Amino acid sequence: MIATLFGILAFLVLGLIGVFRGRDANGIVYGASLGISAALGIVGLRALFGAAPATLVLPLGLPWIGAHFRLDALAGFFLLVVNLGGVGASLYGIGHGRHERDAARVLAFYPWFLATLNLVVVADDAFTFLFAWELMSVVSWALVLAHHRDPANIRAGFVYLVMASLSGLVLLLVFGLLAGANGGYAFTLMRAARPTPGIAGVAFVLALLGTGAKAGLMPLHAWLPLAHPAAPSHVSALMSGVMTKVAIYAFVRIAFDVLGDLSQWSAVVVLALGGATAGLGILHALMESDLKRLLAYSTVENVGIIFIGLGLAMAFRASGFAAGAALALTAALFHVFNHAIYKSLLFFGAGAVLSATGERDMERLGGLIHRLPQTSFAMLIGCAAIAALPPLNGFVSEWLTFQAILLRPALPQWGLKLMIPADGALLALTAALTGACFVKLFGIAFLGRPRSDAARDAHEVDRFSRAAMLGAALLCLLLGLLPGVLVDALAPVARELLGVRLAEQMALPWLSLIPIAAVRSSYNGLLVFLFIVLATSLTILAIHRFASRAIRRAPAWDCGFPDTSPITQYTGASFAQPIRRVFAASLLGARETVFMPPPGDMAPARIEKTLSDPLWEALYAPLGVWIAWLADRLNHLQFLTIRRYLAFVFVALVALLLALALWQ
Amino acid sequence: MPPLFVSFLAQGGQMAFVLLAAPLFTGFVRKVKARLQRRRGASIMQPYRDLRRLIGKEAVVADNASWLFRTAPYLIFALIWVAASLVPTFASGLMFSWTGDLIAIIALLGAARFLLALAGLDIGTGFGGIGASREMMISSLAEPAMLMIVVTLALIVGSTQLATIAEFLRSGAAGLRVSLALALFALVIVALAENGRFPVDNPATHLELTMVHEAMVLEYSARHLAMLELAAWLKLLLTMSLIAAIFFPFGMAGGGDGAIDLGGFARGALAWGGKLVVAGALLGVFETAIAKMRVFRVPGLLGIALMLGLLGTLLLYVSRGL
Repeated sequence: MIATLFGILAFLVLGLIGVFRGRDANGIVYGASLGISAALGIVGLRALFGAAPATLVLPLGLPWIGAHFRLDALAGFFLLVVNLGGVGASLYGIGHGRHERDAARVLAFYPWFLATLNLVVVADDAFTFLFAWELMSVVSWALVLAHHRDPANIRAGFVYLVMASLSGLVLLLVFGLLAGANGGYAFTLMRAARPTPGIAGVAFVLALLGTGAKAGLMPLHAWLPLAHPAAPSHVSALMSGVMTKVAIYAFVRIAFDVLGDLSQWSAVVVLALGGATAGLGILHALMESDLKRLLAYSTVENVGIIFIGLGLAMAFRASGFAAGAALALTAALFHVFNHAIYKSLLFFGAGAVLSATGERDMERLGGLIHRLPQTSFAMLIGCAAIAALPPLNGFVSEWLTFQAILLRPALPQWGLKLMIPADGALLALTAALTGACFVKLFGIAFLGRPRSDAARDAHEVDRFSRAAMLGAALLCLLLGLLPGVLVDALAPVARELLGVRLAEQMALPWLSLIPIAAVRSSYNGLLVFLFIVLATSLTILAIHRFASRAIRRAPAWDCGFPDTSPITQYTGASFAQPIRRVFAASLLGARETVFMPPPGDMAPARIEKTLSDPLWEALYAPLGVWIAWLADRLNHLQFLTIRRYLAFVFVALVALLLALALWQ
Repeated sequence: MPPLFVSFLAQGGQMAFVLLAAPLFTGFVRKVKARLQRRRGASIMQPYRDLRRLIGKEAVVADNASWLFRTAPYLIFALIWVAASLVPTFASGLMFSWTGDLIAIIALLGAARFLLALAGLDIGTGFGGIGASREMMISSLAEPAMLMIVVTLALIVGSTQLATIAEFLRSGAAGLRVSLALALFALVIVALAENGRFPVDNPATHLELTMVHEAMVLEYSARHLAMLELAAWLKLLLTMSLIAAIFFPFGMAGGGDGAIDLGGFARGALAWGGKLVVAGALLGVFETAIAKMRVFRVPGLLGIALMLGLLGTLLLYVSRGL
């Protein structure tokens, strides 16, 4: 525990070095961050397998609360996730950070960001938690505004700040409602205080709002696709891969640990929001042509998938089916780990493309597989992993989530009876659309012919960036081949939160994955991989032995009408057009208008596509108008005499006392 | 347990068997269609000859093709081959049938499709793009429909292992169920779409603006094309075997614990052959009787399959008897 706090302290000191040394400190800051993250990751790993949770109380913060820290299995797992992302981003930053325009702005806040991410995970009382949470928001806001001269970034920063404040405010209310006896704000005291079902319900909804707003759960996702892409790429990777996971940690901590028993209705709400988030998130991602915005929307989708898993775990736990809950929770946390890896990898790749070409818009890219071979290879693995293709890791977590859906215990509650199959269908739809989305990303940006000079003249990025990307790609493969390692590592978390764990996987013959029983379902990534390798090499050998090996390069055939102009290729928008027409026309209000000039007119025909976010128009826009109206009405309160202000204070005091008297 | 090498042999035999049978099945379907159109048609051995012709040729590859374009055919073929080896054909309890369940089989096919769509986009021609784009649109509905069928089956049987499902349904313990009928209907629609058959795509034409699969492989030639063709035939055989194994599992050699029973295998192979003849004839008749659909009417058809799958699942969640 002490080691963790020293690590966090070291990050804070590192930030100061970044402030004072500026660009010169690039290697020091990222190199040291790499080391500290690696050390903290090991601490997390040890806590995951440790016998008893380590606790520590320091006389900091509010005097009557103190600063409580605790490192149990859940915190240990998330410490591992945070610092794995930190290691990758720092390694990438050593190389990528050199090209940074405003190096000092990033270097100062980057280690602080890592520090706050770690601090949230180990905090064990409401004050420390909220302090770390708010600091995390502010520091990441500063990183979002690293390039603050871009008007789009200013707007992103503003929206982000509003949502972060909302999240902090709501969580403050949650902890207020859940306070233990005599205002005990340490989590241990809050656990001991059993709130009434009504209070627990309100606290749960607020906790879902507060953590969901940070994780990108719909309808509170609007800031995420604005803010994540605005930051420098390795920070985007941290925000998407890690910060959303810290928000999920907060949700798990409150819903599974502090709150304890919840009604089945809360699970229905989580399942519904998770399913909607997953489906709409990936649909938004498909409509995007900006690489980093596409990835940010895909983060929204993955958060939805994780919440589906968590919702299933809540549903099973509330129905008294602990073994099923352990499976669903393991699936969700497996997905947390996976997404932290491959989303980091994909943001690194987007950053590499950005530094190689200066472009984020895939409509101006193409053919990068020839210019950036290693980046392209790593990106291909990342795209395949996030599209849940076997034998990579993304498939394992989706497979486990499906297995949880298929358990079908006797659920007495009709909301769950309808919601679980609906989420199964949404998950299946999401998986298929994710495949389409990442075919689009890789196929348009990396394959085909270059659509701009910048893409044609791109050069491979530095070796640190490549090492970070290839390392993450290797991890995607290894986790897919040996998923049992992670499933077993998650067993202490499941036992801590639910009292049961899944059967040990690594002891099974052939290293198969058998979550429940062999007759029910099994998957062996290692054997699938071996079979694929074997079948491929066998085929190549046979073909090259018995068939012609001659090869001739010639111009593309294209049915006899090859066009040399690269603009005749499919673009991202045209690739997504069928799906836009099928799904987005009704869900996202996608419209296409064709302008045909009248006969004799030489003007070109044009096609315009418009896309709207119904959620933004139905929720955010009216809310903004309403708040502006209210602010106008309340404006005159700023110009009152001192007597009136005193009167207000008095009235407020009386009202609060009355409320307190009526409450008791 | 039989000796390890015998189990390996049975598994290897299954892999070789499907590989050899796939061109024959396609040749048979083509023959049925030709006869129904009052043509003589090519011999049912023609696909084998096509393959031999293709692999003997010099491969012409576009100037700007990347390594992905050249390796994709082998990988696609291997992925589909592995998937096909996991589907029970003549026997249900083969040695490696537990390597992956039905969800893994669907995902392997998805991986093959992912690579094929990327290969279509690699050269940067309009045809490759149109094929890839439409393929992903179709699969974005066909894949979830397929998964919902799996969910329906898994809820009835209590397993996603294909061998267990086949055993369970063969034993008759499931009885007649509404959800099974819905799943069969949905699976037939999905099978047509997945294989690019009528009314979703036309496997016989090369130049038609509605084409999907043929547009993606347009730039391929010689041995690469041969691999892709064989992969497509293998996939057709796989889907037909899948329908046979799930809904018509009679005659299949049992086992479950990897027992080797040569007489059972022979009976199973015969039954499998018979089922394929019936399936191929039905496919031929169906394709002759129906017209191809406009590409934007396909989502409606696949939407039906998805909704049927979902309905089957919902029925099972609401009541255990349906």
